[in-house]
Amino acid sequence: MSVQNKKFTGAKAVLGTAVFAALMTGTALAEPALIYDAAGKNDKSFNEMAYNGAEAYKEETGNSYRDFEIQTDAQREQALRRFAQQGSSPIVVPGFTWAEPLNVVAQEFPDTHFAIIDSVVDLPNVRSVLFKEQEGSYLVGALAAMKSESGTIGYVTAFDFPLLQAFGCGYVQGAKAVNPDIEVLQNFIGTDFAAFNDINTAGEVGRSQLERGADVIYAAAGAAGEGALQAAADAGKYGIGVDSNQNYLFPGNMLTSMVKRVDVAVQDAFNDEANGEWSSGVQSLGLAEGGVGAAVDEYNEELITDEMSAKLEELTAKINSGEIEVHDYRSDNSCPVS
Amino acid sequence: MGATDIILLLDSSVRFAVPLMLAALAGLYSERSGIVDIGLEGKMLGGAFAAAATAAVTGSVWLGLAAAMGVSVVMSMIHALASINFRGNQIISGVALNFLAAGFTVFLGHAWFRRGGTTPNLRPDERFANIELPFAQEFGQVPIIGEIYEQLLSGHSIIVYFAFLMVPVTAFVLFRTRFGLRLRAVGENPKALDTAGISVAMLRYRALVVTGLLCGVAGAFLSTAQGANFSENMTSGRGFIALAALIFAKWRPWQAMWTCLLFGVLSASQIRLQGVEFPMIGEVPVQFIQALPYILTVVLLAGFIGRANPPKAIGQPYVKER
Repeated sequence: MSVQNKKFTGAKAVLGTAVFAALMTGTALAEPALIYDAAGKNDKSFNEMAYNGAEAYKEETGNSYRDFEIQTDAQREQALRRFAQQGSSPIVVPGFTWAEPLNVVAQEFPDTHFAIIDSVVDLPNVRSVLFKEQEGSYLVGALAAMKSESGTIGYVTAFDFPLLQAFGCGYVQGAKAVNPDIEVLQNFIGTDFAAFNDINTAGEVGRSQLERGADVIYAAAGAAGEGALQAAADAGKYGIGVDSNQNYLFPGNMLTSMVKRVDVAVQDAFNDEANGEWSSGVQSLGLAEGGVGAAVDEYNEELITDEMSAKLEELTAKINSGEIEVHDYRSDNSCPVS
Repeated sequence: MGATDIILLLDSSVRFAVPLMLAALAGLYSERSGIVDIGLEGKMLGGAFAAAATAAVTGSVWLGLAAAMGVSVVMSMIHALASINFRGNQIISGVALNFLAAGFTVFLGHAWFRRGGTTPNLRPDERFANIELPFAQEFGQVPIIGEIYEQLLSGHSIIVYFAFLMVPVTAFVLFRTRFGLRLRAVGENPKALDTAGISVAMLRYRALVVTGLLCGVAGAFLSTAQGANFSENMTSGRGFIALAALIFAKWRPWQAMWTCLLFGVLSASQIRLQGVEFPMIGEVPVQFIQALPYILTVVLLAGFIGRANPPKAIGQPYVKER
């Protein structure tokens, strides 16, 4: 806080332009900020979606925003503090690795608004955005079951971890809703976070599922997931991407992608502050809020038949109305179907 | 589980074993010459990145392979300089190379491709294609023998065949050539070799060049044959498992091959056994199945091979008496 005080004393000293300067700082104060996670702005995934959300805000409102790419973990607190000191609000940070630094800095600036995506920081000035991954996974599971000719589909994930199990559990529920007899193979690539990068083992896991008859594979394993999608594409079968829209990876062999609309979360946070509608606390974005979904674009539209898109709409409506309730693995650490 | 399943399982095992085999053979040259090489992991990682990045930029997988070998040899030479000329601690030099590779690959990938440290996906013509052996399709109709030919022997990338070729080649070089004899001698008793008028440093340098070349091929296999791009730390411990296999094999080429194949079978069956109901026991927790390869490694290492006698002069910098 001392730095801030000094800055304001300095501003007062230059009396001639003080009023004008104050006005200028006034507009700068409202500028929202976005600080990317370690992978950086152009990671073709999570962070790039956050960037897209900020860009959409800029385009729609004409307001500007500030952003920053950290180079090392040590910069996390530093960057948060600097943006807060310069008066940015809200400051949005995508990624659960931000939870600890945010917990520290948010307490130092109780009047600044912060938003974190994919994790919960329980402070009065922080909005924690979570996604209902199970609902999006339910939809892609239904699509997979409709596309499958063999009656067997696969799910490849990094390791035994509640969030990843929630993806898988939603997927199985969706698949069984369409075809109760469908068999879903579920495999883990490894035992720890290293599994998110082990493309080669992921590829072998994918191949083993294909050899056991699976013809659609849903890969939720970060960078390693591409290994399993590649295996499906090599075999002329179908893959389902995750987080960002990965349909472009293997056109013709990507059935769809389960997208988490990080961009929507960022844009909402920026807009809410601009409109004076800011709310802190936990926000869960599901299908109804447009937070998750199955991506259809020019790369996969030929694979999705009219019947499939009709079913997709039907299921979406039922989930939104509450008629179908998709079980969240994280609520009780178990899955009703397998 | 029928015969076809077993053949497919072995097929997958081969693909798991190949990078381990190449790295273990690479380590064999280095360690037989008396230089501890804990940096196999880093050299593979550097090679994997160089191969994927070069293939993505130039569109040529062969240039990628050349780049992988080049990068890996350069890293090996850094290790040689530190441990032969400067007589540094070989473990520390190896660990430093591992860290260097882990950080540098992501840094460069980030700077060049802006995809969060990964390289772009390679098109099929930018990767090592699988080679179909003659009449694989037709012969594959014959039960078991034909299936073995079609699935297990045919349909691998050229690096797989190269890796299996390198086993007899290494055995021949090591036990039947003058270079091999000197290589074994320099790892056991460098002084004797020096007395005979042969340069210890030169011999060790040559061994480490071979180590670099083979690690580069192993890396290229991971990113341009088995996989189709590079991602952060994609070797995920394969270099260390290769080193364990080498020790398990008592620094001998054929045994190293069998050990790596054993690790391959364990890794491949681990995937198949996830969620399988066993008679009498029921479903075993997936973590136990995943730990199985490592548990077996410990058991085998502890109980069956007895003392692993490393080359006598390993890890000791050679100092000529003045």
